[in-house]
Amino acid sequence: MNSALIVILLFLLLSIYLGLQARRGKTMNLEQWSTGGRSFGTLFVFLLSAGEIYTTFTFLGGSGWAYGKGGPAFYILWYGALAYILSYWMLPAIWRYAKQHNLLSQSDFFVAKYNSPALGVLVSLIGIIAMIPYLVTQLKGLGAIMEIASYGSISSTLAVWIGVIAVTIYVMASGVHGTAWTAVLKDGLVLVVVVFLGIYLPVHYYGGIGQMFHAIDQAKPGYLALPATGNSVYWFISTVLLTALGFYTWPHAFQAVYTAKNEQTFRRNAMVFPLYQLILLFVFFVGFAAILTVKPPLQGSAGDNSLLILSVQTFPKWVVGLIGASGLLCAIVPGSMLLMTSATMISKNLYKVINPKASEESVSRLAHYLVPVVALVALYFTFNGQTIVALLLMGYSLVTQFFPAIVFSFMKRNPITKWGAIFGILAGELVVAYTTITSKTVGLLLPFMPQWVKDLNIGIVAMVINLVVTFAVSAFTRGAGAQARTAINA
Amino acid sequence: MKWLAALPFLALVVGMFFANRTEPYVLGLPFILFWTVLWVVLTSVIMFIVYKTDPVNRGGDRS
Repeated sequence: MNSALIVILLFLLLSIYLGLQARRGKTMNLEQWSTGGRSFGTLFVFLLSAGEIYTTFTFLGGSGWAYGKGGPAFYILWYGALAYILSYWMLPAIWRYAKQHNLLSQSDFFVAKYNSPALGVLVSLIGIIAMIPYLVTQLKGLGAIMEIASYGSISSTLAVWIGVIAVTIYVMASGVHGTAWTAVLKDGLVLVVVVFLGIYLPVHYYGGIGQMFHAIDQAKPGYLALPATGNSVYWFISTVLLTALGFYTWPHAFQAVYTAKNEQTFRRNAMVFPLYQLILLFVFFVGFAAILTVKPPLQGSAGDNSLLILSVQTFPKWVVGLIGASGLLCAIVPGSMLLMTSATMISKNLYKVINPKASEESVSRLAHYLVPVVALVALYFTFNGQTIVALLLMGYSLVTQFFPAIVFSFMKRNPITKWGAIFGILAGELVVAYTTITSKTVGLLLPFMPQWVKDLNIGIVAMVINLVVTFAVSAFTRGAGAQARTAINA
Repeated sequence: MKWLAALPFLALVVGMFFANRTEPYVLGLPFILFWTVLWVVLTSVIMFIVYKTDPVNRGGDRS
């Protein structure tokens, strides 16, 4: 057994231990399990949200983008910062409403706001379709990280199984409490590892960060800025704005909001988060450092492995082990949140709607037993998924379509009705699905438009159609909605 | 003071047209990356000012 493997396994055992001990002293009813009994302080809420930023996608994808695309990678830093600004006003409102109405899942929010279990079913189904591929990406990343970091002594298949079993055990036992505790370990380790790599590698290979950028610019002129067409400034801006809207519409990010003890937490986090995000800067540095040092150059999606390959090429085994352990934690912390959120939604917003007489205990028990079921589905797609790639690209765009229905519901007089919300979301999702599966861009859809319109993120089209349908249907169904409201108020 | 929070959006939507360049390097970073990092830091500063001047945050924690 090599020392890299020993380090990875130690962190795996430590995370299982932390995940299991998290349940101590708590009665695990569904509210404790899925929202931590709304008792989390600033640090836990912070780390739960951070769990969504530092996933294997950021760890491998962030460096992969810097390596393979250069300047366009910087969009990742922008959208986070803008999303945190929105969070200052959005999250306290969501939290307050969730507490008043005892909400457990994101779908519960739609059910309560629009007084429509049908909307809850729709949102749950879309949420699950978006979350499973997200989970699959985490698992695939986990497999790649562990295989490379263990120098091939653990196959990626075995690594995925080990990771899934570990997560399933502690999610079933502790729910979101387990996620929060393992998130402490994860962010601590990732912070140290990423900052170290981001400074050491440029200095070691180029003599400094400035020298590194100059060398890259000399070898590939213009690579560090945005190109004139394609991933242009127009692409950049539209992508940042869209992804900022989608940041908190992920069901697991939304549900994590419910765990807070009070609403001050979110306003405080909105100050700290943008700075904390700068960890990503160091992830970029690693990707850039790999550009002129990894030989032969990695092609296409293999660029995602640039961080790992450069590390193996540079460091002793135990350091690679620490990097592997960070990658492992980056997969299992968000993975656990995704599993728990999916299970809660299936049980509460699908099963309970079909079977309204089900007792709270049985809904809670079902949610626990659904964890291994969802995990097995994700495993299936991890090992057999070719088509899943199309879904992956879609996930973010799918959940972004929830944004209008969420924001309008906080206006004093909600301008949209439940039918408006239902058909608007459906229309937006259909556009997302069609354009993703047929890989349409704005340029292909509207070839007569000027270049800058062609470069816009295709999600803009889906959002516009969503809004148009939402308002059109709301205008037609307004009467019925108003009557229903008066009936409730009377 | 909460309108300060619109500045990072402007820095993106308007600023990126001017900031999309490699030269000049600032602190060793190509200009586009420096502009990005600068606004990430300023976003934290702005949200600090918003927090401190927002009457909601007076009087400590409410639950």
